[in-house]
Amino acid sequence: MRLRTAWPRKLTNTLMEVVSGVAAAVGLAALAWILVVVLRHGAAALNWTFLTGLPSPPGGSGGGLANAIVGTLMMTLVGCVIGVPVGMLAGVYLAEYGKGRPFATAVRFLVNVMMGIPSIIIGLFVYTILVLPIGHFSGWAGAVSLALLVLPVVARTTEDMLALVPNPLRESTLALGVPHWRATLQITFRAAKTGLLTGVLLSVARVSGETAPLLFTALNSPYMPHSLAGPTANLTVTIFNYAMSPYANWQEAAWGASFLITIGVLALTVTSRALIRERVR
Amino acid sequence: MSASPSDMSEARPVTAVPIVAAKEVQAATATKISARGLNFFYGDHQALFDNSLDIPAGRITAIIGPSGCGKSTHIRVYNRIFQLYRDQRATGEVWLDGQNLLGPGVDLIELRRKVGMIFQKPTPFPLSVYENLAYGLRLHYRVTRSELDQRVEEALRGAALWDEVKDKLHRPGTALSGGQQQRLCIARAIAVEPEVLLMDEPTSAIDPVATSHIEELVLELKKRYTIVIVTHNMQQAARISDYTAFFYKGYIIEFGPSTELFTNPKQKQTEDYLTGRFG
Repeated sequence: MRLRTAWPRKLTNTLMEVVSGVAAAVGLAALAWILVVVLRHGAAALNWTFLTGLPSPPGGSGGGLANAIVGTLMMTLVGCVIGVPVGMLAGVYLAEYGKGRPFATAVRFLVNVMMGIPSIIIGLFVYTILVLPIGHFSGWAGAVSLALLVLPVVARTTEDMLALVPNPLRESTLALGVPHWRATLQITFRAAKTGLLTGVLLSVARVSGETAPLLFTALNSPYMPHSLAGPTANLTVTIFNYAMSPYANWQEAAWGASFLITIGVLALTVTSRALIRERVR
Repeated sequence: MSASPSDMSEARPVTAVPIVAAKEVQAATATKISARGLNFFYGDHQALFDNSLDIPAGRITAIIGPSGCGKSTHIRVYNRIFQLYRDQRATGEVWLDGQNLLGPGVDLIELRRKVGMIFQKPTPFPLSVYENLAYGLRLHYRVTRSELDQRVEEALRGAALWDEVKDKLHRPGTALSGGQQQRLCIARAIAVEPEVLLMDEPTSAIDPVATSHIEELVLELKKRYTIVIVTHNMQQAARISDYTAFFYKGYIIEFGPSTELFTNPKQKQTEDYLTGRFG
């Protein structure tokens, strides 16, 4: 037997290392670029009035997006209050009760499909069932469409996180005479809590940047939202409207709003990463 | 129905060997659990065949046999924990205190309070040491704060763990060492005052020193509980058990006092297994 020469393999390895390194750098550079542009333009727009004031008329100056900040927070909160419990319970069903049942298989399939539905279609759907019959846009409709986006994400992460809890823990809880629902909520949930929280945070991060579902439901409004009954101001539709406008002060405000959303999503993502690291440790 | 387990063995012709042995057992002590014609299925695959066994009260019964012979499967019927999985089912009868626990109308919560279980890997709840024990106590009993403290201490003493954890009762149970975690699980099981303890290879995941602690503990626990221990360690079975059942391919090949089964096995297969000729 003769030995193969080693250098071709070493060369291929070096080549692969370089190519994959460049690919990683390209991806990272794109992200860094986006961040730098958004942060630079956005930071310029930021000041105290921007956070506390109401929008100024086109062509004017000063003014702020307090209404959109409050509206986005309100709708995201209500969307989560509706979507998270339903999503979690669906996840509990899939992981704890439905194993091997055809119904659970169907639910899992539909949840996967629902995760892939473009958000604009969710927006149109809620428009048809909530906006048209009622006759006007509303923050409630906006919150419902966000809830529909949160639900499948939370359901799937809940199922996955509960599935990671080792069966012996489940068995030893049940073997102590604990009813299954109680074992799930008090022991299995606790064992999976960082994973569950991460899922919720990531789903919030996802919906807080959604524009399309709000465009058809909450629309927008120049006023401070006092309830979700009427059209409700929000950051993403504001960005959409302002960035397309010809007025310099509105364009600047759109950058400011982009900045806020980017920082918000970044903060949520970093928090959830930190939680995951906590869990691994 | 209130037929007693001994009536059952009279009423039903079952395979010869285990029952002959079982009758010898009954002469000496009362029977706590009686399996009669127990079959078990994982989906379409049958794992236990016509198992009949009398577990003597207040004694340690060891279940030995090669991997995959159905040892764990057998005891997992005694507290019906297998029901967590939809594709698993058992047929036949298992009598505990005059009740067929495979029959209808069994209160699983009460059954599992009476029949505690220890698993292969320690499974402390993600709670403090104290709460690991208090959880089950509160679930089954109305207790005042001071009673609870007292019961927790008693259970930890009962599991020979008190001295090691009395200063860290409010630290996470998962922070203990493997052997301590297993004793915590034993404490958790005995805290709710069961009558039977099922142990499914309780020492296979921990080191030899911790194993000898647990073996001493099991011998001590015999005074108050009926213990069934599954082990693939024959020396362990010989050291601590009063009776031993040898399982092979889902059948109970032989059952009798451990001293007899280990020194003078009646079945060829038992002898082959004990001498290491297969398994």
